[in-house]
Amino acid sequence: MIKGFFREYAGILGGLLILCLVSSFLSEYFWSVNNVTNIVLQTSIVAIVAFGMTYAILLAGIDLSVGSIVALTGLVLVIGLTNGLPFSLMLPIALLVAVFCGFSNGLITTWLGVHPFIVTMSFMGIWRGVAMLTSDGQAVSLYDNAPFEYIFNGYLFGIPFPIIILLSMIALNHFVLSKTTFGRRVYIVGGNPEAAAYSGINVSKTTIYSYMITGLMAGVGGVMLASRMFSAQPTAANGMELDAIAACVLGGTSLTGGRGTIIGTLIGALIIAVLSNVMSLMNVDFFVSLIVKGVVILIAVGIDVYKNKRKAA
Amino acid sequence: MSKVLLETVGLCKHFGDNKAVDGLSIKFRAGKVHTILGENGCGKSTTLKMLAGVHAPTFGSVLRNGKNVEFKSPRDSRDNGIAIIFQELSLCNNLTVAENIFANNEPHRFGVIDSKKILSDAEAILNKYHIPISAEIKVGSLSMAQRQLVEIAKGLSYPSDVVIFDEPTSSLSDSEVEILFNIISELKSENKSIIYVSHKMAEIMRISDEITVMRDGQYIDTVNKEETSIDPLITMMVGREMNDIYPSKNESVSEIGDLALSVKSLTNPNAFHNVSFDLHAGEVVGFFGLVGAGRSDVMNALFGMLPYEGEIIIKGKKVTIETPIIAIKNGIAFVTENRKEEGLVLDHSVHINCNLASFERIATRGLINEQAEVSQTEESIKRMNIRVQNRLQSVGSLSGGNQQKIVLAKWLERQPDILILDEPTRGVDVGAKYEIYSIIRELTEKGTAVILVSSELPEVMNMSDRLFVMREKKLVKEFKTKGLTQDQVMVYATGVDSND
Repeated sequence: MIKGFFREYAGILGGLLILCLVSSFLSEYFWSVNNVTNIVLQTSIVAIVAFGMTYAILLAGIDLSVGSIVALTGLVLVIGLTNGLPFSLMLPIALLVAVFCGFSNGLITTWLGVHPFIVTMSFMGIWRGVAMLTSDGQAVSLYDNAPFEYIFNGYLFGIPFPIIILLSMIALNHFVLSKTTFGRRVYIVGGNPEAAAYSGINVSKTTIYSYMITGLMAGVGGVMLASRMFSAQPTAANGMELDAIAACVLGGTSLTGGRGTIIGTLIGALIIAVLSNVMSLMNVDFFVSLIVKGVVILIAVGIDVYKNKRKAA
Repeated sequence: MSKVLLETVGLCKHFGDNKAVDGLSIKFRAGKVHTILGENGCGKSTTLKMLAGVHAPTFGSVLRNGKNVEFKSPRDSRDNGIAIIFQELSLCNNLTVAENIFANNEPHRFGVIDSKKILSDAEAILNKYHIPISAEIKVGSLSMAQRQLVEIAKGLSYPSDVVIFDEPTSSLSDSEVEILFNIISELKSENKSIIYVSHKMAEIMRISDEITVMRDGQYIDTVNKEETSIDPLITMMVGREMNDIYPSKNESVSEIGDLALSVKSLTNPNAFHNVSFDLHAGEVVGFFGLVGAGRSDVMNALFGMLPYEGEIIIKGKKVTIETPIIAIKNGIAFVTENRKEEGLVLDHSVHINCNLASFERIATRGLINEQAEVSQTEESIKRMNIRVQNRLQSVGSLSGGNQQKIVLAKWLERQPDILILDEPTRGVDVGAKYEIYSIIRELTEKGTAVILVSSELPEVMNMSDRLFVMREKKLVKEFKTKGLTQDQVMVYATGVDSND
């Protein structure tokens, strides 16, 4: 089991370790408890959104609207709370909105038979527009709401609460994809939708459910981001879909569908987080850091493609 | 003896420990059709790939007109006058036949494509080989069989005197096979050397001059067609005596059972008209017809993949089959003719694919039952004699015969009442064919009702109890197969009625 794990993730895990090793030479501060916690906290939101993205990419699809869903969910929550509604009511409502966004993506993708790239790109604009309209384009701040602040700033058993959320999302999604019949259906539909249909799998239903999970994960990310900022911003998480896609791809999820795991995506997200972290520790220019991140993704994908070609030959 | 145009001397190709081809020496002569025969995985394809410059030989050499040559790329091989027509199509659907024939080889002046010359040259090739397809038509509007003929014309557009055909008839119906054989005799009369690879014994015996048999990468023997017959060839191929190509029926259980399926005036305006037939438990009913006769469409309708009008009655109850899910619930299983596209997830493991149609059934409350699945997979591998390294190997890396057994295994896990098999032995070697036939026999003895759709007439005639012939989207004739001759069937399949 453990042996299999290391064999499966040897490449990216090795990449992550080398990156950490190099980082520890570049900055003595890197391995400090504070910094490591900081990395995990920073990556938690993107990683959870990327877990949702993994479902879409496993289906050979994509979800470009997750960034907009993150912003919209945060706004729904915070606007509700500022109007005096209880957190216990607003949290499920906000998450339901996120699930509904995902449902729309899945429904229209299967109904029109259009590539999800087009559908989710349209919804990326639509949800962002809705977010702008409901908030007049302004950030909505919220202080002195204990449960809301606790989400990203609280501690449980001495562990930061966002890390608890991250761990439970890892467990939940890993379980769904590897142990349930729904997860199996996702892999089969992504691997060959025609064979799936001929084997009696409801391809549309599987697709719609998957995008609902993608939406839900973006919603969880949206709630966490709002709590972290003590506010909801209609422009929040702009471009987060690209970070999420990058984490999936780095983690070995194939854009042609049917191949990829939650653990892989987690490692992919960590690689990006460590890279950003060490570059900011070293005061690397932000613009340069963008270039470095892009190059690293290209190298990682190149290695993956090369490995697969060698396996096929 | 005519001149040797191409020769392999001790040709070997090793992939690590796997000796795909091990010491092959063959002489290919001008004006002769030389068939390479062997089961899937015997090294035929690897040999062709070495001749095509796709693989470099590990040891040994290739002699062209007596001179040592090394092909570093497919282009090298082509420039040396070797034309290869592979099974897989490499045509662009949005281009015309003429444009496809000269794709990447366009006649041009100063870099500008000379469309008139393309058209006239393409027409010249099509006419020369009597291929009845217009050069101006878009390839996308042609049938699969016609596309295969275009692919052949494309291969012949290069100047060559060695022409290699890799299983060219696998998607052709009988009339197009005739066109192909005319092409081959035309090439023979031009004194070219033809290398032919196929599974179909009847056609091999018809067109070959020399036959080389390979088994497990080894060269077995080269014989003249006149000095051999089908039985000794099969014995050489599989390495053991095969008394019969078809397992005999157990006559003691020849009683057919209750009505399993009754189809009444099934119609889909675009695909088939007024199809009615009955199917009983323990019975094999064959469906024969030329490509495009509508056989597969009827089966797709029975499985909920095509809309239909008319009635389907299963075990006395009228059912409306709108989706495969409903069909499967009613005990129908469907092995489609395209196992790679519709039957399997090629990237995924043997394990996943064996359980493709049954993983939900053996799950409890949405949770996969890992243990039950593993034992089911292991059982299938043993029962169907599927040759794999382990159950986690991807099915894309297996031979056609083993892939087909996995498609069968995935359905047998559900113990269907009605099993529809559409071309179950296409691209499958003789040994695996026999095993698939044996499984059909075993199932009918246990009471499964089987529909067998096939373009291989001997196969449907030998395996079925009754045979339906389809022509131009209609059921035209029902036969009892006992004492039936192929000619009787062909009259109805082709519509060339002799008016007596």
